[in-house]
Amino acid sequence: MSVAPKREAYDVVVIGAGPAGLAAAATSAEAGLSTLLLDENIGPGGQVFRAISSTPVTERNQLGADYWVGADLVQSLRASNAEVIQRATVWSLDRNLDIAVSIGGASAFVRAKRVILATGALERPFPIPGWTLPGVMTAGAAQTMLKSSALVPDGRTVIAGQGPLLWLLAAQILRLGGRIDRILDTTERGNYFAALPHAFAFLTSPYFAKGLSMMREVKAKVQVVSGVTELSAAGDGQLASVSYVAGSKRETIPADLLLLHQGVVPNVNLAMSAGIEHSWDDLQLCWSPVLDASGNSSVAGIAIAGDGAGIGGANAAVVRGRIAARAAVEALSPAEAAKLPAMAALRADLAKAERGRLFLDTLFRPAPQFRIPSGDTIVCRCEEVTAKDVLDSVAIGATGPNQLKAYRRTGMGPCQGRLCGLTVTELMAQARGKTPQEIGYYRLRAPVKPITLAELAAVPKSETDVKAVVRG
Amino acid sequence: MFKRSEQDKRPQVQIFVDGVAVAARQGDTVSAALLASGCDARRSTAVSGARRLPYCMMGVCFDCLVTIDGVGNRQGCLVPVAEGMQIEIQKGKREIGK
Repeated sequence: MSVAPKREAYDVVVIGAGPAGLAAAATSAEAGLSTLLLDENIGPGGQVFRAISSTPVTERNQLGADYWVGADLVQSLRASNAEVIQRATVWSLDRNLDIAVSIGGASAFVRAKRVILATGALERPFPIPGWTLPGVMTAGAAQTMLKSSALVPDGRTVIAGQGPLLWLLAAQILRLGGRIDRILDTTERGNYFAALPHAFAFLTSPYFAKGLSMMREVKAKVQVVSGVTELSAAGDGQLASVSYVAGSKRETIPADLLLLHQGVVPNVNLAMSAGIEHSWDDLQLCWSPVLDASGNSSVAGIAIAGDGAGIGGANAAVVRGRIAARAAVEALSPAEAAKLPAMAALRADLAKAERGRLFLDTLFRPAPQFRIPSGDTIVCRCEEVTAKDVLDSVAIGATGPNQLKAYRRTGMGPCQGRLCGLTVTELMAQARGKTPQEIGYYRLRAPVKPITLAELAAVPKSETDVKAVVRG
Repeated sequence: MFKRSEQDKRPQVQIFVDGVAVAARQGDTVSAALLASGCDARRSTAVSGARRLPYCMMGVCFDCLVTIDGVGNRQGCLVPVAEGMQIEIQKGKREIGK
């Protein structure tokens, strides 16, 4: 189970086995490059194709045809010579393309000629009052349990937020016999007008028909409240109720489970720790890496594919994986690259897969009050730091997220800023009257996931390493 | 909070939660098994002692931290259950030696 990599060096190391990583690793290995695919999860698929090789959901239409596409990607990967290690947590990547990976509690080190990061996305923080209560989870969390363990909500369940995943999850829960009491749609009314200029591309994309039919399926069975402008969760050590405002009406409903979702954002930790340049995306409201048309980053030899390169969805992720892999093959084995689909054809595929995205991004751009909290609402879940704590620190001189660490330890807990980073940047930007780009983000460093000191101490070391730290 | 779909035909796996036998299914993560079990699986945080349950189930939030087979601070959402696995709901910080 806990097998270390077979070699010390590879032509290509792909990190993450979601749609982009699966496509990239298969393409690279088929072209004859020695390829290693490292993935943190129990099986391949990433989030969108989670548990694709093991799901207990046997009625295929319940998960939808888009899910089962993942099985073909896994099959292509298995048919290739790529070496695949699951439950492998990459905790370091540097400019020399040296990679440290923790597998079964022991660290191994590999070197690559090219690295393709396919670390995907995570759900945008949804910092409302009470979001740390037991019983409040992300919509993605519920979907993970649904796909990998055929678990569905059976208590009083409220789903709140916006975006395509929310409707897909609701449809899947209902198909599997789960319970949803109410859906609270937080999409800002003004966004419908803002998105209008992009409507044609969306209406002619596959998203439209699928989205519409899913929304109809859900609305036939669940009460949907739209135009929700305030949202909070309450309870004593456990979620008991959800309150919201829609129109001028405030309502409180009892609940056992609240599932939150307001889109996904790139999972930047590993890329940023490798020193890759990122910039603030004011439409998607997140940090995205600065990349060329082949996915190459500002660090030579490291490309990024999939949602980690900027949110584009699963279809775009697959194509971006192939583009990044083709670029690696061109660099390392040009003769083999001639046998792959031409770059121009892949870029045309990408444009097709990205059709309609601008409409979705504009329509589902989350409202400020759900991104930038106030008062006693927790911003940093790990260190339990509130919005007021952050603003108080700004008032006495904290200038950005890195200074704030010294004041409040925000971002210094185990999640390393994944659940507070965007909130801290936007909150401080607003308080200081600056742009998020000017305020910046946490300076991320290895190890990007916590590992034990015992694991570090057990790493093989040379006599020189020992001499460097031993006295006398 | 969650129930299992009837179509789930995976074999059972017995785990122990604070010493009590709990039925999980092969392929469940520790966190999924705990949430499906109906046990009070709430941990308490190291900072204030506040109660928490898993939030993201995908390895990023660390609210699923749990002691597995004597090792503390494991991310329960990334570890598959195994027959006889001993799980302790972690209260506060990881203890020294665990």
